[in-house]
Amino acid sequence: MIVADRKPFDEIMDMIAPYDRVLLLGCNECVTVCAVGGTKETALLAAQIRIKRQAEGRTVDVGERTLERQCDPEYVNTLAESLDDYDAVLSLACGCGVQFVAENYPGKPVLPAVNTRFMGVTEQPGMWAERCQGCGNCVLDRTQGICPVARCAKSIMNGPCGGSHGGACEVNDQLPCAWQLIIDRLKARGKLDTYSEVEKPRDWSTSRDGGPRRRVREDMTL
Amino acid sequence: MTPANNLERVLTQGNFAVTAECGPPRGADPDVIRKKGGLLKGHVDAVNVTDNQTAVVRMSSMASCIILKDMGLDPVLQMTVRDRNRIALQSDVLGASALGIRNILCLSGDHQSFGDHPGAKNVHDIDSVQFVDTVRMMRDEGKFLSGQEIKGRPDLFIGCVENPFADPFEIRALRAAKKVKAGAQFVQTQCVFNVEKFARWMEMVRALGIHKKAHILAGITPLKSPGMARYMKNSVPGMDVPDGLIERMGSVPKEKHRDEGVTICLETIDAVRNIEGIAGIHIMAIEWEDIVPEIVKQAGLLPRPIPA
Ligand code: SF4
Ligand code: SF4
Repeated sequence: MIVADRKPFDEIMDMIAPYDRVLLLGCNECVTVCAVGGTKETALLAAQIRIKRQAEGRTVDVGERTLERQCDPEYVNTLAESLDDYDAVLSLACGCGVQFVAENYPGKPVLPAVNTRFMGVTEQPGMWAERCQGCGNCVLDRTQGICPVARCAKSIMNGPCGGSHGGACEVNDQLPCAWQLIIDRLKARGKLDTYSEVEKPRDWSTSRDGGPRRRVREDMTL
Repeated sequence: MTPANNLERVLTQGNFAVTAECGPPRGADPDVIRKKGGLLKGHVDAVNVTDNQTAVVRMSSMASCIILKDMGLDPVLQMTVRDRNRIALQSDVLGASALGIRNILCLSGDHQSFGDHPGAKNVHDIDSVQFVDTVRMMRDEGKFLSGQEIKGRPDLFIGCVENPFADPFEIRALRAAKKVKAGAQFVQTQCVFNVEKFARWMEMVRALGIHKKAHILAGITPLKSPGMARYMKNSVPGMDVPDGLIERMGSVPKEKHRDEGVTICLETIDAVRNIEGIAGIHIMAIEWEDIVPEIVKQAGLLPRPIPA
């Protein structure tokens, strides 16, 4: 899933300062799972904004709605009429959702309520961690199912670097060294002999380095 | 005048080599490099110039190498893959060779979060093993990474680093073997404080025959104070400073700290010289370059050979 953090409340208040009618727009996908932008969080933020504005002696009309997905025209199209009643949309979706709502309603300011962080997993309740960087050419079959691109701080293909210590990455003691994990798994599978192969440089053109990406499936296009 | 490929000749002729590290200044004054070069001249076979060490911005390694070369020293250009992509790396390899630099040391580089610009983007287009392989390919096959032909091949003696004290320990000789397989001709190690562990690493190195394919230089760092020893242990990535050494540094009065550091350093040099497969030492006297001549002299490593 895409993992996000809510922006600091003061930043959100500054962002919506020019507006008196704001629609808070949640999303029922990733941001719901990582507990930052679902129906619950939308209601909570709406309440906080109302209280704060009241304390400032300024009225605000805060609407609440949660779409199934903000990255899909099927759901974003259903917003049209309800937007007439608002000056701005404060989206609690990831950066994709914010942009997609904005491009579908160019006349309306659409503001981000969250900072989109990474593609990752729920390691345990309340803890999410990065797993994939969408490099466009997956090597997990060659790295024992552990991604050196996203999980090694230096994206090393022939690791581990000289900073790996006690299972941790040189960058942070709380961060597992991806290459320690890879070596552990190679050993457990009796495959340490494959380690001596020099992995050649990657072709990053399939990654963001090749420019913004698009995927087209001719059989599905209208 | 020292020949440009002095280090390679010293090593291939079977001499015990001595190299030292020179950290460029955080400014544009060339005299800082000249002063350090002047101290080292005649005491070492080659001088490594660090590349924005610990991710702190300093004068470029290439420029500093040229200043040292003009003084008649044989510089080792350190280059990390942290700040340059394959286009910049290959371009700098050609440039270094054109300027007469004859040694290159390929490294990963400390992560930028340790340095003075933690907000910088990290590049890591290719890794240090792939970089060694790239320089070898450029020199021996006359090809860029793209496969296109190079007109005028670079001429460089290729080195790498390995840290015997990083984890997992059992991979550390295998990783050195990988770098040598990729094309590394000499290996400079992380600072050796834990001699016993270093000797165990060398056992693995010998078992793999790496010492027969590349020259291995043990990293040596004189400790200035117990505080420095503790700092190295706790705050520098990949450093193994045994508690016994920190205690030993602390057991002498303050005015004797440096003497004790030099004594420990000489003992370490003596110990690593006796390990089969060690071809030399690489002295990293961090911001203490002026002690290097003393260490080399007391270790009985003077005069330096003048290879044919
Ligand atoms: S190799 Fe690429 S696609 Fe596969 S997990 Fe890593 S970043 Fe994602
Ligand atoms: S310590 Fe491990 S994860 Fe961290 S940069 Fe080095 S190899 Fe990568």
